[in-house]
Amino acid sequence: MEFFDIFLLEAVINGLLLGGLLALLALGLNLVFGVIDVVWICYAELIMVGMYAIWWMHTVQGAPLPLAFAFGIGIVALLGAALHQFIIRPVLSAEPINQLLVTGGVLFFLQAAATVTFGVEFRNIGVRLPGVSVGEINLSLARLIAFAVALTAIVATYLFLTRTYIGTAIRAISQDRAIMPLMGVNSGRIYILTSALGGALAGLAACLLVLQYDIHPAIGLSFGPITFLICVLGGLGNLIGGFFAAFIFAQFISVGGFVFQLEWGYVLAFLFFIASMFWKPEGLFARRR
Amino acid sequence: MGRTVSLVLLALLVVAPQLGLGIYPLHLMIMAMLWGFIYTSWALMGRLGLVSLGHGAFFGIGAYTVVMMWNHFGLPPLAGAAVAVVVALAVAFIIGYPCFRFKIVGHYFALVTLALSEVVRLMIVALRDQTGGSLGVTPKPGLVDGATGSIWALQFSNKLVWFYVVLACWLFALYVWHRVDRSMSRLALQAISEEEDAAASIGINVTRTKLGIAMLSAAMTAIGGVLYAQYQLYVNPETVSGIGISLQMVFGAIAGGMFVMLGPTVGAVLLLLLSEGLRILVGNQFHGLDLLIYGALLVFFIIYMPKGILGEFLHRFGRKTS
Repeated sequence: MEFFDIFLLEAVINGLLLGGLLALLALGLNLVFGVIDVVWICYAELIMVGMYAIWWMHTVQGAPLPLAFAFGIGIVALLGAALHQFIIRPVLSAEPINQLLVTGGVLFFLQAAATVTFGVEFRNIGVRLPGVSVGEINLSLARLIAFAVALTAIVATYLFLTRTYIGTAIRAISQDRAIMPLMGVNSGRIYILTSALGGALAGLAACLLVLQYDIHPAIGLSFGPITFLICVLGGLGNLIGGFFAAFIFAQFISVGGFVFQLEWGYVLAFLFFIASMFWKPEGLFARRR
Repeated sequence: MGRTVSLVLLALLVVAPQLGLGIYPLHLMIMAMLWGFIYTSWALMGRLGLVSLGHGAFFGIGAYTVVMMWNHFGLPPLAGAAVAVVVALAVAFIIGYPCFRFKIVGHYFALVTLALSEVVRLMIVALRDQTGGSLGVTPKPGLVDGATGSIWALQFSNKLVWFYVVLACWLFALYVWHRVDRSMSRLALQAISEEEDAAASIGINVTRTKLGIAMLSAAMTAIGGVLYAQYQLYVNPETVSGIGISLQMVFGAIAGGMFVMLGPTVGAVLLLLLSEGLRILVGNQFHGLDLLIYGALLVFFIIYMPKGILGEFLHRFGRKTS
């Protein structure tokens, strides 16, 4: 049994590391939803674009990795702002479900654009980080880095929202969309800024994912649905709820996947999600209104 | 007048395959009607504010149940289809009842159903010993000694048979749409989609009404899955379940116009012509080009033409939209 427990512990720790990464993914989506009240179904595709941008800069153009990372974050931030300006803004006053669906169109568009431009082959940036052994537990360095960077980014975003003037304006808009423009806040500018910030967080996630996974046009589909479900589980727009929900989800995937099979981990996580929606429809960590 | 025109068009459609069409145009017509059937089934609930991103689950249940029953238990597909419908109804009830009871609507409903379609896809992949996993599976051949068709195996080498089978199903879906449209339930559902609490206050049983339409829609989508599996004789978890096919149904119905009877069918024809046309025009080397244009068109439609092509057309030219 000793032997078994070590592997179980490894699964739990890997789940914890995965949780940090998922929490970062959920943060950007939640931020955008909380402020603009729109679900970007194509969020994971923005990350895919970021991964391709990094790969292109590093492998094709031969730029050093840090520069490629900065490039990737910048591109996705711009893409987030453009997404809002050209696609979301025209439907801001339409039915909420149309706003969700229009970004679904963007999902197909980005996925197909990546296929047309880069083909369906798997790409990677050719960087493989070594593993780290702690006692008998083997962990991947890429995952440890991802965990640390994700947590740092989450804390930084939190401080930005609570300690700066613009952050305060963003939070104010999210609390009352109708009143803030009357107080002289330019809500259009705040929306664009939030979208760019959401995009930059997606770009950062791309930097971390590109170290662990191969890039292909459909990669967004493999972690997009999880990201939405985490946000809903934590209560859409609730940044702190999303943070904890990410860790719960990650444990289901990691430990469930270890005890059964990888897919069953996901199945369990999704079933848990459906069950918890019935138990607490507003999300596990819903804010009281 | 309108009735005469539609009867003439229908008669043309019925005799069309007798006029010596090639195999390929026949195949296109079959696919258009098959997807028309499925999109119409989706739009039955979609147009009433129940935007489900989970219909890939019912489609996948239909397609896989019938193939699994046939391959592993030798159950003929007609019986397998009955099993598939029962399973789809049960799943729709298990998910739908709590959703409607606890008033999960809008974004939340869409995302819960999205989770459902992913659960079905992942379960098909995870049960790879039985289902063949991501590689997909083929129903066991049911035609022996040069026979051209077998009702027992529901396999027909002659596309004409499929044409009439799918035509019948498509007409059935339009009939269901018509019936729902003329029923009390539609008024009740419309009231619910606009103001749920007010609808409840005038005595509409919100949960039961929504559940009824959702289960009807799910069962029809499962039949669509059965037809797809038996016609294509190949199913794959990525193409019959999960987020991709679910979004495809939503967008097909929206592009055509989900508020008018023939809208989803127009959407099906449009998407089919788009992908086939581009495939012929630019060939296969630009893989993904059809989806690129498709995605851009969807964005365009939702922003500028939320009623869809047919809906917009009828609106412009002053016909009543029902």
